[in-house]
Amino acid sequence: MRMPDPDRGIMARRGELAARLRRIVGAQWVLDDEAERRPYRCDGITAYQATPLLVVLPASTAEIQAVLALCREQGVKVVPRGSGTSLSGGALPLEDGVLLVTSRLCAIVAMDVENRVARVQCGVPNIRISEAARPFGLCYMPDPSSQMISTIGGNVAENSGGVHCLKYGMTSNHVVGLEAVLMSGEVIRLGGAFQGAADGELDLIGLLTGSEGLLAVVTEITVRLVPLPEAARVMSMGFASVEDACRCVGAIIGAGIIPAGLEFMDRKVLNAVASLLREEHDPRTAALLLCELDGTAAEIDALIDRVRGLADQAGAIDIRTSRTEEERERIWRSRKLAFSAIGKMCKDYYCTDGTIPRNRLPDILDRMAELSRTYGLDYANCFHAGDGNLHPIIMYDAARPGDLDKAEAFGADVLRACVDMGGVLSGEHGVGVEKRDLMTHQFAPADLRQQQVLKCAFDPGELLNPGKVFPTPCRCAEFGRMHVRGGEMRFPDIPRF
Amino acid sequence: MLNTISPAAKADPNVALAGEIIGACVHCGICLSHCPTYQVRHDENDSPRGRIFLMKEMYERGGSPDVRTVEHLDRCLTCLACEAICPSGVEYSKLIGHGREHVAAHYRRPPAQAALRRILVTLLSRPRLFRMGLAAGRVGRPFRALLSGPLRAMLDMVPTAPLPAPSPVDRPQIFPAEGGRRMRVALLAGCVQTVLDSAINEATIRLLRRHGVEIVVAAGAGCCGAPAEHMGDSAQALPLVKANIAAWLREADGPDGLDAVVVNASGCGTSVKAYGHALRLDPAWAARAARISAMTVDISELMDRIGLRPPVIRPGLRVAYHAACSMQHGQRITRQPRALLAAAGFTVLDIPDGYMCCGSAGTYNLLQPVIAGELKQRKVAAIRMVGAQVAASGNIGCMTQLADAVGIPFVHTVQLLDWATGGPCPAGLEGCFA
Repeated sequence: MRMPDPDRGIMARRGELAARLRRIVGAQWVLDDEAERRPYRCDGITAYQATPLLVVLPASTAEIQAVLALCREQGVKVVPRGSGTSLSGGALPLEDGVLLVTSRLCAIVAMDVENRVARVQCGVPNIRISEAARPFGLCYMPDPSSQMISTIGGNVAENSGGVHCLKYGMTSNHVVGLEAVLMSGEVIRLGGAFQGAADGELDLIGLLTGSEGLLAVVTEITVRLVPLPEAARVMSMGFASVEDACRCVGAIIGAGIIPAGLEFMDRKVLNAVASLLREEHDPRTAALLLCELDGTAAEIDALIDRVRGLADQAGAIDIRTSRTEEERERIWRSRKLAFSAIGKMCKDYYCTDGTIPRNRLPDILDRMAELSRTYGLDYANCFHAGDGNLHPIIMYDAARPGDLDKAEAFGADVLRACVDMGGVLSGEHGVGVEKRDLMTHQFAPADLRQQQVLKCAFDPGELLNPGKVFPTPCRCAEFGRMHVRGGEMRFPDIPRF
Repeated sequence: MLNTISPAAKADPNVALAGEIIGACVHCGICLSHCPTYQVRHDENDSPRGRIFLMKEMYERGGSPDVRTVEHLDRCLTCLACEAICPSGVEYSKLIGHGREHVAAHYRRPPAQAALRRILVTLLSRPRLFRMGLAAGRVGRPFRALLSGPLRAMLDMVPTAPLPAPSPVDRPQIFPAEGGRRMRVALLAGCVQTVLDSAINEATIRLLRRHGVEIVVAAGAGCCGAPAEHMGDSAQALPLVKANIAAWLREADGPDGLDAVVVNASGCGTSVKAYGHALRLDPAWAARAARISAMTVDISELMDRIGLRPPVIRPGLRVAYHAACSMQHGQRITRQPRALLAAAGFTVLDIPDGYMCCGSAGTYNLLQPVIAGELKQRKVAAIRMVGAQVAASGNIGCMTQLADAVGIPFVHTVQLLDWATGGPCPAGLEGCFA
């Protein structure tokens, strides 16, 4: 993956920059020793690595302001990073850039039960919000598989999804207020600390959510809390063929049922998580659907009957329903740890993330099988079937020359096929560096240009997370748009509104 | 994770194994969520994933590890919460163990640090010296405010109450079963525990005898070797390991045989269960070590297997069960201690964030007092939150770390089991049950 050439002049000034940053965040929270910078070389995707110029761990919004202001003044690039779990290389460092790690901003600032919101700092792990809300009968619904450690700030940056997003929506549906620091060091506040606080304003929260750290560093988030469903049960339905499972997905959604989660696992994934599931599955099972239904007990019972009927029609060979909360949690836990568990079956894997209209599921799965034969690489499938969000897991051996290139090409072909079938490049992992060069396959030049104009409005110096998302530099300077420079407007004598 | 450790370096089987373990890590980051030092420091370098990366670099570059790498490896508690949660099955315990041996062999520590570590290993593995050291410490304790760092931490750990006299039960001997003998076991009498709290072994022996178990405290067995092993000092650890194996195998191959080796300090149990790995490359000892590891059980595993007799008293106390890391992560024993306490009539309360280490971690509280202190505070606050009348754990290290701060008596699980089935009331609990 080609990144912009590092600026040797900036790299030569590492020592001086470190000294100035230390005055902001304290000596021990700037890492300039090479040994300590190297563990930050990659995030959740190890195929892309670079040693950051410096690693800075600020502890407050004020410190982040000062760090960004200094970096802008010095012309130094900044890459924000939460827990480093991005699967698209969103937190891939730059050799001439400061890696701004937000993990120390990890306080839950306020739980406001009456307004059903939580105000949290950006470095709080997703699951901590639900844990803090649980005593009040509330929870934070978006639950990416990495939720045990991925930070809410990173979730906002990537507009993370998760198992429960089919019914409850993505991160963007759950943010009501944001505090963010612009590259200039200015703080902006959007929305507020209650539900509906952002309803009357231009939807800049929507703009920042999913902006992959290119527009601003989000420092504090007010999220919507949702009442914990009275009850929830998960059905696991085995099918002898992938096609039958796909047909069942279509039947459930087509019948107007909105499950709390509808997940697909193929046999290989099932084998990988067998020890976590602690359940035997029929050896004929080629695909397993997990279908969660939540609500009141009566509602769930009625829905289970309907789903069972649909599954039978689709040819299910084995249908089970969780009996206890512990069993339900165990099933979801194994699903959420599935990707890591695949690690036991192969040397390396590459998991990508495309989304297609649900009715094209069988077509894309056929295409994957075909590509697997072409590239000679094995793959497994584990994805959010209900919203057509695919996560093919391509297995390779990084030590075998050419294998990574083949895996990347395989993944890129799958993503191109998604777009060709009317889908999109990403469902929830973001574009990052991983899908950057495929953006032109989905977007026309005018689409991309308009996105870049937005980038320039927030960060005209192109210092914040550059080299990600857009396949070409934004060339903000060439717009000739009106920018504020040193507090002075251009053409100050022209009358304004 | 791909690594480029050279074939020459991999000629050392321990380095080759490290390379394989690093290869199993997919860098997903789940381990960070359960790593106590990451919860305190928030720096990737102080997380399991970061340390795996540091060790990868250490082996790839070869030569002497740099001071920063050593600092971050030293900060690992070896609580193994990461290994227990890892979905990819990364064997972190072996990786960090061999990493520490590599550091010990290739890195020259500053003289004061090296001396402190040598003293600790020597003192902790020899009960008589340890007892003398504590006596000296009691003299020095009033002056501890003048000190800082590990020396201060060592004096802080010296108990204020007079030490119990050496218990006669810790000397080599045989304790016959009461009633018919259904089983014969060797008990690791241990080193530190015999000095700090002799009541634990006494309660263990009463409990086992009452349940028809004959107990041997084997001549020649002593410290399990963990203090030296934690510091990567296999030269000091292995003679202790071999002495234990030899002592227990003499019993096992004797006329009366041996059904199990029983350990009642989970930190030691984790070490003994790993003897097989520690000596796997030594043709003279590999099979014998594996045999001992296979027959080693924690006291709670053994009691669970035997089945607890119905309690003769019903104290009905609310017990906060503190799962030691070596118990729940190192040996993956989670159900048995709780089930036994419940069977004995206690109400068992789980401590929030129970996966978190209390900071004791062998000698960690002495070598890393700042992080250990922070973890202690968090654990104490969590224990106080559950509203228990007594706290129980299966590891002497945690008891020593927490007892003075939790505000309720802190006892070993076996002391409660012994009490409920007919033994004496543990010290400190006399008023709790009329």
